[in-house]
Amino acid sequence: MTKLPAARTARSLLATAATLALTAGFAQADEIRVLNWQGYGTDEDWALEAFAEATGHTVVHDYFNSEQEMLTKLRTNPGAYDVVLINTAYTGQAAAEGLIEPVSYDDFPHADGISDAMKETAALYHDGQLYGIPWVWGVTSIAYNTEVVSEAPQSIELLWSPEFEGRVGWRDDAVESVQMAAISLGQDINNPTDFDAIAAKLKALKPQIRTFWSSENEWNQYFSSGEFDISVYWSGSAARSANNFGLPVGFAIPKEGAIGWLDELSVVKDAPHPEAAKAFIDYMIDPEFYVKWDTEVGAPVSANADAVAALPDKAFNKVMASDEGVAARLKFLGPIEDDVRQKMLEVWQATKTEFQN
Amino acid sequence: MTSPAKGAPGQAGAILALTGPAYLWLTVAILLPLSAMFYFSFLSEAPLAGKTGEWTLANYRAFFEQGFYGTLMLRSLRLGAEVVFWCFVLGFPCALVLAKSVKGRWREALFLLVILPFWSNALVRIFSWTMMLRGNGILERAIDWVVPGRFRLDIMFTYEAVVIGLVHSYLPYMILTCYISLQAVQDDLIEAARSMGASRLTILRRILLPLSLPGILAGVVLIFVPVIGSFMEPRILGGRNGTFIGTVIEDQFTAVFNWPLGAALSFIMLGCVGVVFALSRLALGRRG
Repeated sequence: MTKLPAARTARSLLATAATLALTAGFAQADEIRVLNWQGYGTDEDWALEAFAEATGHTVVHDYFNSEQEMLTKLRTNPGAYDVVLINTAYTGQAAAEGLIEPVSYDDFPHADGISDAMKETAALYHDGQLYGIPWVWGVTSIAYNTEVVSEAPQSIELLWSPEFEGRVGWRDDAVESVQMAAISLGQDINNPTDFDAIAAKLKALKPQIRTFWSSENEWNQYFSSGEFDISVYWSGSAARSANNFGLPVGFAIPKEGAIGWLDELSVVKDAPHPEAAKAFIDYMIDPEFYVKWDTEVGAPVSANADAVAALPDKAFNKVMASDEGVAARLKFLGPIEDDVRQKMLEVWQATKTEFQN
Repeated sequence: MTSPAKGAPGQAGAILALTGPAYLWLTVAILLPLSAMFYFSFLSEAPLAGKTGEWTLANYRAFFEQGFYGTLMLRSLRLGAEVVFWCFVLGFPCALVLAKSVKGRWREALFLLVILPFWSNALVRIFSWTMMLRGNGILERAIDWVVPGRFRLDIMFTYEAVVIGLVHSYLPYMILTCYISLQAVQDDLIEAARSMGASRLTILRRILLPLSLPGILAGVVLIFVPVIGSFMEPRILGGRNGTFIGTVIEDQFTAVFNWPLGAALSFIMLGCVGVVFALSRLALGRRG
């Protein structure tokens, strides 16, 4: 059982009552439950209002703070959720465990705008069946303070440069850390082979790192109080920090490459309202929703090419998506074997132990 | 000679009725989950979501095979010792004054000040320290106002910052336990010592410290154990220097979902704490 705060329940009850009154013409008005990161698109108030107006369905949310927590919630609450956001690195695992339902692009009218290459992303499939609709993608790379760093960083080695000693922000995450080192060493980010070299590379970060950050909010705080000048960061978050908080944030994809990731939306196994769930996912790849989300709030890049094309020409995401060189440089996050993941954590924890003064 | 139960037939029932709920609660809320964790620590993976783990000692072996776990354990023990030391240095004099010098209303008011931090959320307290300690933060500006100059404190994200945050969090425990045992020391005893010409230092050394030892030890235990396993304060205040055995255990539970290894590390930590207390008991016992 998942508990919702009383205020939220009351609000959603009110919303349900209101939409019931307004949309008596709809055949069926369901309340669907969505599991996602907090503040990640699906829970924008204006979007839920627009969705309720168009379909009659209302949406309530439950949140997770890590992919593992998301999987645990799906495992322990069967039948509680309708829609879940999953990073494609975990789609295969969720499908194999029977946590999500197979879907077909035919049920999603707006999927027409998704490019064939994106539609066929191997990580979306399990046993030949599609398990998720690609929603947004983004990049984990280097963000920098445009007031301090005049030129966009060209090389990932800048994170190791004496110029930024004690000025680097880093996310305390084993997989991301190992992958950044793997990119700099030219290794496969999903299955690195030379862990000794990676450990040595990570240990060399000791004088560089000012502090670890773990959430976007924390990053904004540290960045605005001048704790670091360059940092490993996420593209969508960088756009939000610049647009919403007016921080002097620039985002660069160095020549060695960067970590690319794709988030998809899936229908949960035994979802109480599968049809409403599909309608919601389709609304999430609707260009109209995406343009408003990106321009007013700040978002990663939509998987729907029509939606990206509908952005204003100067939009950060449109520029990044249309730069073909960027796409070629990205190393996409794929499924990581359990023993590799454990090894990554071990290397990172051993490194952090050596970080201590 | 009669045992209490024999002496009054109704008493056994009363004892059961009075202690039963507490022990039932302890069994359900602590013993059962802890046993489950102990069981998990011997499995290859957590038996959740239809998975079945196999019996293994690999989780305990990992602690000894990977050198860094031992390093972190020592670091955490050192942190615990330092925090306890500062809590004692700051807390004991405060408790002594409260118990022996201040009376009536003032005592109540001062007590309230000691307990006041407990009324706010622990996370809020830690975040307020980040505002104090960070570069160009409140503390640095205050110092700069008193002594203008290029004085840079830069204490945020260091080991010291973690110690400061933890001492602040746990100081009230030391004050309260010391206060209770100091209050029980009869004033007559101190008067008698003074009339026989004992100096203040002698009174402290020969009367107050030995008689309040149970309170001090209670404070030490109450502080040492949670500090060893703390993860929130090191993570927020320690930055790059905030890796301890507690944060590593938390990572196993939340970041990689490796409950068995997390559980095994927790029980090894429990064992280390037990060894430390057994050794200190031996040392203290020999002296007495």
